[in-house]
Amino acid sequence: MNPTMKAALFASAVAFASGPLLAAGTHPVTGEALADEQVFTYRVLDEHTSVDPQLVEDVSGSEIVRDLFEGLYNQDAQGNLVPGVALSHTTNDDKTVYTFTLRDNAKWSDGKAVTAGDFVYAWRRLADPNTASAYQWYMEVMGIKNAGPVMAGEMDPSELGVKAIDDTTLEVTLENSLPYFALTTTHTSTFPSPSWAVEAHGADWIKPENIVVNGAYTLTEHVPNERLVRERNPMYWDNADTILEKVVALVINDDSVALTRYMAGELDRTEIPSGQYPQLKESHPDETVVFPRLCSYYYMFNLRDDGPEALKDKRVRQALSYAIDRDIIVDNVLQGGQTAAYTFTPGATANFTVPAVDYSTMSQADRDAKAMELMAEAGADNLDVTLVYNTSEGHKKIAIAVSQMWKQKLGVNVTLENQEWKTFLDTRGQGTYEVARGGWCGDYNEASTFLDLVQSGSGYNDSKYASEQVDALLAAAKTSDNPQPNYTRVEEIIADDMPIIPIYHYAGNYMIKPDLKEWPIQNVEQNWYSKDLYKVAK
Amino acid sequence: MLNLILRRFAIAIPTLLTLTIITYLLMHSAPGGPFTSERPLPPQVLANIEAKYGIDQPLYKQMWNYIVGVVTQFDFGPSFKYKDQTVNEIIARGLPVTLTYGVLSFLAAVLVGIPLGIFAAIRQNTAVDYFANAFAIVAQVLPNFVLGPLLILFFTLWLGWLPGGGWNGGYWPHLIMPVIALSTSYMASVTRIMRSSMLEVLRSNYIRTARAKGIPEHIVIIRHALRPAMLPVISYLGPVFVGMITGSFIVDSVFSTGGLGYYFVNAAFNRDYAVMLGVTLLLGALTIFFNLLVDLLYGVIDPQIRY
Repeated sequence: MNPTMKAALFASAVAFASGPLLAAGTHPVTGEALADEQVFTYRVLDEHTSVDPQLVEDVSGSEIVRDLFEGLYNQDAQGNLVPGVALSHTTNDDKTVYTFTLRDNAKWSDGKAVTAGDFVYAWRRLADPNTASAYQWYMEVMGIKNAGPVMAGEMDPSELGVKAIDDTTLEVTLENSLPYFALTTTHTSTFPSPSWAVEAHGADWIKPENIVVNGAYTLTEHVPNERLVRERNPMYWDNADTILEKVVALVINDDSVALTRYMAGELDRTEIPSGQYPQLKESHPDETVVFPRLCSYYYMFNLRDDGPEALKDKRVRQALSYAIDRDIIVDNVLQGGQTAAYTFTPGATANFTVPAVDYSTMSQADRDAKAMELMAEAGADNLDVTLVYNTSEGHKKIAIAVSQMWKQKLGVNVTLENQEWKTFLDTRGQGTYEVARGGWCGDYNEASTFLDLVQSGSGYNDSKYASEQVDALLAAAKTSDNPQPNYTRVEEIIADDMPIIPIYHYAGNYMIKPDLKEWPIQNVEQNWYSKDLYKVAK
Repeated sequence: MLNLILRRFAIAIPTLLTLTIITYLLMHSAPGGPFTSERPLPPQVLANIEAKYGIDQPLYKQMWNYIVGVVTQFDFGPSFKYKDQTVNEIIARGLPVTLTYGVLSFLAAVLVGIPLGIFAAIRQNTAVDYFANAFAIVAQVLPNFVLGPLLILFFTLWLGWLPGGGWNGGYWPHLIMPVIALSTSYMASVTRIMRSSMLEVLRSNYIRTARAKGIPEHIVIIRHALRPAMLPVISYLGPVFVGMITGSFIVDSVFSTGGLGYYFVNAAFNRDYAVMLGVTLLLGALTIFFNLLVDLLYGVIDPQIRY
């Protein structure tokens, strides 16, 4: 064999060997050409509270935790459950005992296997009063047996209704039947934590140099209030199918600055500053993204005994609600893809059909006429109300629009009052207001996360509305296989009693670079996982 | 002079103690607390958390524990909001950032403002003077929360020369815009004060005498006019220096620099008691220290001042 031939053969051998490598530059399923640099950089408004699964409280922290740790189930792009550490689960007939089968190939980043015991440790840790997690109560939402007494320190955390049958079998015992229990396991506070790392490093176990993770990414850099970097975890069981190499979260407090930096190519994703959606949609049609979110914007009436007398009359509350032209708020004030709300629960909620409550089917002209009639009947002319909201340009615009509608249609004199956030929460909690702004995002994708707010015992019920009928319907819905009729009835009662005025359902507004694929816009909870995203070649 | 230094340090201790107490009381009198949230915590959970952070105890006891922690272990406690960080860590990370861009901004304001003011004065009613005046007026009316985003628009988006934010360990391209944003309005003030004070000195009798003696103009300016003309600038610069090195909320939020200015303001909104106290105490101590330094500097420049 002469040297030239040898070289040629060698070259073809190299070409052959590198064939699969080149194929790695294309997406294994869609065949799209992938970008060489698989780095996703996105903006966060504020520094996250924690990356400890049991301590994290905020949305941006949970986003990080979903990359660093993996719970029993994940969500797909539509928000459906897909296996995470758990492959499947079974339940007993009355749905009080859930048994999860865990995959045997899940590993922590230090090489240890992820076991059922890691979940038991994490859940006990969450419920333990000494951990003092703000999400302790989530164990009660999940209905785990003995969660209450453990949280109160009356029972040892080992009495919590969760146990490891063996390394790959986790058994959970509930206080009551809970048909949607599996849905609650995508919440970050239920993710496993490595006992050995927590015990060795204490509160410092989540520092990049100490952290042990079981998610697709590990924490490599954290500069508080500036950036957080996570990179591929080679021990992750599905690492071979993960495409993004690196994810960078940049803290940018100012919306407009974030947008400028996005435009300058420093970010792949940012929020659209309020009011700028129509304009950006025009100039960057393939980068603006809008999607419904599991959140509702509403006004609440103070229905406490010492609250304003006039608002105790249901007709006045109805009139004030009817007189708000939600279409104007949504189309002219917000202009960001929000939808008008006549019920509290958003239509985007899973297994929930928005009931056609009476006033939602009327025309605005009819609603206005009815509102005037109701006000006259109630004899509430020259009504004075104070509307309080937390300081923000957005809330102010809506409050001004609403106060004008009330003034023009019903002759109500509205005093607008804005308060700094914590002062505002205090005012609402203490009940020293007449009408107040509220916003609520679901904790999980089920209508009860909204309707619980009108339950008389709920800590979130700031209007202090109390209806025995609503309480009974909601209690029954908890254990029912088909709670929709109960939810429909509750929404009808709210539409009649009107303790709150639903105004609109939120929409998410993002700028996303067109080369970033698979952003789960269909997932109303916006639970996204970096392992599912990828960048195509430009 | 040693006497002055010792006296000042002796006063500093009760001053900081009073600062701690007043801050503590003010914080607690604000409605809401660190754990007030849109999702009110169940009472049991709130109790557990308050116990963990020791804020379930009576106020005087909390205050005492805090002071003991600071004095004996230099421990400013954990952040109530950012669970992964202690106040010591926040300060260790934020203070160098704040000091770096603060000192640089101060130098920029001084090194540009003083010469510009001098030239404007000695070339009164010429192009230099008009430029200096125009600059001073524009720079002064342009607040830094407007200037900052404009800089990013210009240097990052249009020219693509500078990164739009972040600190990156103080790497120089990240410093330019924060320094411009923080220094510009001070630079304008320095220019104006320097100009008017120089004009006044140049009209005084001893300068006329110096000129009459035939001393060259540049020596008149440098040797006879400059020092007295500097005094009003120095007295302006003292508090400005302290203001600059204690950081800026605007700079930190616009440029994501991660300095203490952001924490100082945001800790109040978050009712993050430990962070608020720690940062307040630190900035209080810095203020006291640098005020002393400025006072000592007066003595060097103005021979009429004796300690």
